[in-house]
Amino acid sequence: MLAPMGPESTASATPAILDFEAVSFVVTGGPKILDGVSLGVPAGLVTVVTGPSGAGKSTLLRLGNRLEVPTTGVVRFRGADLASVDPRTLRRNVGMVFQRPVPFAGSVRANLAVADPKSTDQEMSVVLDRVGLDASFLDRVADDLSGGEAQRMCIARTLLTTPDVILMDEPTASLDPENRLGIEALARELATEGIGVVWITHDLDQVDRIADRAFVLIDGRNASEEETAAYLTRGMSEEES
Amino acid sequence: MNATHVGWAGLLGSFVLVVVAIALSFSQRLQLSRSMLWASARAAVQLLLVGFALRLVLDPNAYVWWAWLWVVIMIGFAGFTIRSRAKEVPGIFFLGTASMLAVVVVSLSVIFGFGVFPIEGRTIVPLAGMMIGNSMTACVLVGRRIVGELSEKSDEVEARLALGQSWQDASRPYVRSALRTALVPQIESTKAVGLVFLPGAMTGLVLAGVDAVDAVTVQLAIMYLILGSVATSVTVIGLGLTRRVFTSDHRLRSIERATH
Repeated sequence: MLAPMGPESTASATPAILDFEAVSFVVTGGPKILDGVSLGVPAGLVTVVTGPSGAGKSTLLRLGNRLEVPTTGVVRFRGADLASVDPRTLRRNVGMVFQRPVPFAGSVRANLAVADPKSTDQEMSVVLDRVGLDASFLDRVADDLSGGEAQRMCIARTLLTTPDVILMDEPTASLDPENRLGIEALARELATEGIGVVWITHDLDQVDRIADRAFVLIDGRNASEEETAAYLTRGMSEEES
Repeated sequence: MNATHVGWAGLLGSFVLVVVAIALSFSQRLQLSRSMLWASARAAVQLLLVGFALRLVLDPNAYVWWAWLWVVIMIGFAGFTIRSRAKEVPGIFFLGTASMLAVVVVSLSVIFGFGVFPIEGRTIVPLAGMMIGNSMTACVLVGRRIVGELSEKSDEVEARLALGQSWQDASRPYVRSALRTALVPQIESTKAVGLVFLPGAMTGLVLAGVDAVDAVTVQLAIMYLILGSVATSVTVIGLGLTRRVFTSDHRLRSIERATH
């Protein structure tokens, strides 16, 4: 089993390319979702963020893609505060895959063209191949794809922007076991290719299978090392029982 | 009684048809009799008041500025009406009023600039009224539709933003769909005119004894004007509203938050 890692472990030997520095997020007129969370994302590794439902995992990811901005704290990409970076440029460097596949209307080709309107069929085929789909999928209607195929297409769409980091928000939550393992393998491959992968899950078996590093969030904050160990151990015991 | 003068007796005569409608409501137990009576009476009072006021404004000896003042008041009322019909749309009063103003400025500039009609109270008020009336409905429709589309498809919009699209590009398919929905009925009614129904202005002119072909040319000018007005108003609402739903750094606001 993966050794539990607390917030102190973020300052590992591998330098982070995406850094969350004491970020907090409060919904306007609503509750505090994140409270001083720090986390570093190095290239070439799968960084898993886990924790109970409502711990703020998805919100943290949205901060990384700048779909939300932190109330306090800073998110940095390659050392630059995201507030000073053009969000459109940032999002092509820090891609995002959502929990539920989100195909756009039209063919797979049309979907990929949203990510890069200038890409050729050849380039699209290469990226489809990376996610385990062949070139014949280009002419398929995106809405007709199975859940697993659609999620792979969404990953291909994100890869077409040639990101350095991919944020994956429970990307296998709606998939069957076979597709789940396939997407996990794909994430591992992407990390091997040098992409920094952030993977959110509450499936502790999955943490064990894919994580190079794991962080636990509890109530919107970094869990302490003791809490992290307890959460991962308790989770495992519950699943084994 | 000539063709242009209905008179009080004629008005009462036409009321017989309302009585028929009420009788039908009674017989079919629709429970609409009171509503029909109220609507008919209210329309009579409103229109008579408007008629007396218009008589002063449209008097050939009256200053044309009274007509322009009338148009300004119509624009304001249109803004309030749009807001009351589409409360869930953020900033709809301002956008609705702005779009009505744009409609009046653009359309009347064309119509008077090309000398299609003379600049007189009797042309300014009814033309502006027709444009505002038709555009108002389209504005409500497009406002509600855009908010609905962007709320229902927020996951798609955010997926597009997450790929690096600007808010303009990310919202375009959904805004385009909303604009089409608002414009298609106007285009359809323009296509069907003359075949399926005779439009109001033309009917009025024919009843007033104007030559049918002259009435048609007036009606055509008005229809083109209305089509242009509806297109202008929905575009202003569409662009303005979409802008409000996104932040300057290309993030989708929640619709609830955007209303504050």
